[in-house]
Amino acid sequence: MQTNVETTDKFSQTTVETAEQLGLTADEFERIIGILGRTPNFTELSMYSVMWSEHCSYKNSIVWLKTLPREGDRLLVKAGEENAGLVDIGDGYACVFKIESHNHPSAIEPFQGAATGVGGIHRDIFTMGARPIAALNSLRFGNINDKKTQHLIKGIVHGIGHYGNCFGVPTVGGEAYFEDCYGTNPLVNAMSVGVVKVGQTVSATSYGAGNPVFIVGSATGKDGIGGASFASANITEDSVEDLPSVQVGDPFQEKKLLEACLEIIPTGALVGMQDMGAAGITCSTAEMSAKGEHGMIIHLDKVPTRQENMKAWEMLLSESQERMLIVVHKGKEAEVLKIFDKWDLHCVQIGEVTKEKQLKFYLNGHLEADVPAESLVLGGGAPQYHRAYTEPAYFEKIKAFDIHKIPDTLHARFAAERLVKLPNIASKRWIYTQYDSMVGTANASTNAPSDASIVTVKGTKKALAVTTDCNSRYVFADPQVGGQIAVAEAARNIVCSGGEPVAITNCLNFGNPYDPEVYYQFVYALKGMGEACRKFNTPVTGGNVSFYNQSPDGPVYPTPTIGMLGVLDNISDRLTLNFKAAGHLVYVLGRSRNDISSSEYLHKLIGIEYSPAPHFNLEEELHLQQAVTKLNKAGILQSAHDVSEGGLFITLLESAMASGLGFEVNTNANFRKDAYLFGESQSRVVVTIRPEDKEKFDSIMHSVIDATEVSVRVEKIGVVKGEQISIDGEDWGTVLDWKHQYDIALESHLA
Amino acid sequence: MKFGVVTFPGSNCDHDMIDSLRKDLGQEVIELWHKDKDLSMFSKEDCIVIPGGFSYGDYLRCGAIARFSPMMQSVIEFANKGGRVIGVCNGFQILCEAGLLPGALLRNANQQFVCKNIFLKSENTAASITKDVTGRPLMIPVAHGEGRYYADDATLEQLFANNQVLFRYCDEFGNIVDTANPNGAIRNIAGICNKERNVFGMMPHPERATSNVLGNTDGQLIFQSLINNN
Repeated sequence: MQTNVETTDKFSQTTVETAEQLGLTADEFERIIGILGRTPNFTELSMYSVMWSEHCSYKNSIVWLKTLPREGDRLLVKAGEENAGLVDIGDGYACVFKIESHNHPSAIEPFQGAATGVGGIHRDIFTMGARPIAALNSLRFGNINDKKTQHLIKGIVHGIGHYGNCFGVPTVGGEAYFEDCYGTNPLVNAMSVGVVKVGQTVSATSYGAGNPVFIVGSATGKDGIGGASFASANITEDSVEDLPSVQVGDPFQEKKLLEACLEIIPTGALVGMQDMGAAGITCSTAEMSAKGEHGMIIHLDKVPTRQENMKAWEMLLSESQERMLIVVHKGKEAEVLKIFDKWDLHCVQIGEVTKEKQLKFYLNGHLEADVPAESLVLGGGAPQYHRAYTEPAYFEKIKAFDIHKIPDTLHARFAAERLVKLPNIASKRWIYTQYDSMVGTANASTNAPSDASIVTVKGTKKALAVTTDCNSRYVFADPQVGGQIAVAEAARNIVCSGGEPVAITNCLNFGNPYDPEVYYQFVYALKGMGEACRKFNTPVTGGNVSFYNQSPDGPVYPTPTIGMLGVLDNISDRLTLNFKAAGHLVYVLGRSRNDISSSEYLHKLIGIEYSPAPHFNLEEELHLQQAVTKLNKAGILQSAHDVSEGGLFITLLESAMASGLGFEVNTNANFRKDAYLFGESQSRVVVTIRPEDKEKFDSIMHSVIDATEVSVRVEKIGVVKGEQISIDGEDWGTVLDWKHQYDIALESHLA
Repeated sequence: MKFGVVTFPGSNCDHDMIDSLRKDLGQEVIELWHKDKDLSMFSKEDCIVIPGGFSYGDYLRCGAIARFSPMMQSVIEFANKGGRVIGVCNGFQILCEAGLLPGALLRNANQQFVCKNIFLKSENTAASITKDVTGRPLMIPVAHGEGRYYADDATLEQLFANNQVLFRYCDEFGNIVDTANPNGAIRNIAGICNKERNVFGMMPHPERATSNVLGNTDGQLIFQSLINNN
């Protein structure tokens, strides 16, 4: 066997130009030469180009990611330490959860792009030994009237359904927004939530010289080569030429892989396991070896392939889906092979662990690459950059906004009727009925909706409350406050579902980080998120960064999607959002304000794009959430629903539609009618109580209200009644009619 | 009476079915693997369940591969001897492919997967699985991309003449109307049985509606009818 890498033949010679073609900079090329002590050959350079791409290395974001709170009592592993966060939920169980983007593939090939996004995030969960029990997603599309957007919606929704439905994990929640800035760059963020018994997790590590290394699952093909680099560039007209960068998913294969992997873990035969996502064999061998402080010798000719004569760099960079790398304790191979054989899966030894911390890749006895494992990975040799940032010029337009120049609404009912049909507000049933939301018989929200989705943890009395949230227009208007609101709304949704917020995962979707105005949005959104996570005691367990969501038309709204996990120690603590009975009293907890900033009402109906983020104060939010929790503990809340897009009226309407019950509500003359009904000022929750609980309610509210500026306020606004909606004594029609308009608005564009 | 639940590669409602029968209905359940053939532990009084999912990926035609598995050969034999067999969703598709039930399940009329609560109603007092639930709408979830039941006119005529229709889609008040049909199934058919009334197939998932925690127990009534009328 050869011991030195050849760099003499014409193909393997590399220069700065080769590096730049692969997406590396001249400095990075020099850095690689410094690490190797020689010029890398083409294969090695390709490996560095994917491993040092933004997607794998976080080189332009890690400096700021490190400022987020990443520790907490419940965290069993720190952020970034494993494939996903691991949170103690009590009773000997832990929850593994993570959100990840698949934006660029979905922009080019919506069906497969979205499908493999779902497949990838589930693999991150079961590679740690947890069984995924729930999936969520967060989607952003362009203008729904645009034909291309309609094509993307159909493909992406179909792709998510195709993969998740077959794989057999219910899609229990999510969000979808429509804004023009996402026309070329849709966002597809997929989240998976899994459960594992504490102590039965598997680490993505490799050690023990002589231990065999196996590749498991699908054969390796040329699909997805360089996907990670592709995800680290702007989308232009030429991007369709990158089609081979999009992977193809096989959910059936992954279902078998899931069952086989979970069956193998209790045998104790595994040293470590990692799924192959971005950068395939390169990434999995490098990250596992670096973590276990060992090396590997890999024989690429042993890798099962889909086509003949694949080159070393093609195999090393392939992002073929449904593959895992496992390292097995020597002598226990037979047990492992037996289980994979039972599930009719490939399981082939391709190499072994070495004490020397190098990765050596051979093809037919020919040494193709020889690099230190550590040098490829985040925290090891991969570069980290501080990027310049400046306040965006459009902030001037936001500062110029003056609510007094906008007359109050004279026809609130007419405005409400238009509001309910806006794609950001209307029912998303055209989307979610295409997802199997009930497989696994753990989704407790099917017949009892809450602000967050409630999923039971079988074998316990516990339930998880999970949600994805980000109003990116708020983040655009004020990155710091918008970042805070994204976290706060997620926490509020969990509290309004009876849960305790415990941790978050985030998916940070931004434009080109080399644009200082985009980078400003990134830096300040992270500051805001960090502040809010500290306030709610919800550390960050991991996630992903997606830059370059930018086309020649400009960047997308800064979109730091928050996936939050909450815990209900007993599912009987659950709160639901639907009105329960006529006669129940309707209250708003929180403060009403003369604020229509960044609301759907202002943006879509009045047509004003630039306005500040809606009012928000972290301390006030915390007080509100504590009040809701206290009232729920006392067992007197009949329903709870937070005020979000569309304002108070839409909140009331949603509680009414979910029950078929109407309401009579009076507005407060101290406020503009548009602000009172449609404003999106934060930190408000609509609750209902039985009349007989009024005294108890008043006494609890009395105990939480004080004279400070951030204290919670409470206002009785009406009563649940009949099947009609009445505002200030005016008959606004039946709940059934409103529901019909709400239900059909989105699908009328997509039929 | 006991139940056997078959797992194929790609089955994903097998454990939901097992949990439902064992925990919510207190029944004895034996787990069966597609590569095995042995059903000697089951008598005619027992019931084999073919659960939902995507057996073998369903890349060819739903259920088209599963019918050739070793276990299905034994299930066919078991059914032909009079043993009871229920197929739910993918299980219904497999039973049609295996020739144990007439007709076929086509892609939904709107070409989309559909998952939601629907209502169905039985008017069949002859079949054990429906005897105790006739005449009232039951709320049961569906989740399928290919659930549009189809049979030619002659077969349909036979189905109705022999009282083989088990369930039809209806609205919440029990009216059998087009708007309540989630997939375009011919004559709103949601479930059927064979002429001998020992093989049952249905697209809706009763096992997803047997738990108080999930807020719907209408599915229990269906299983209970089968158990009570053994």
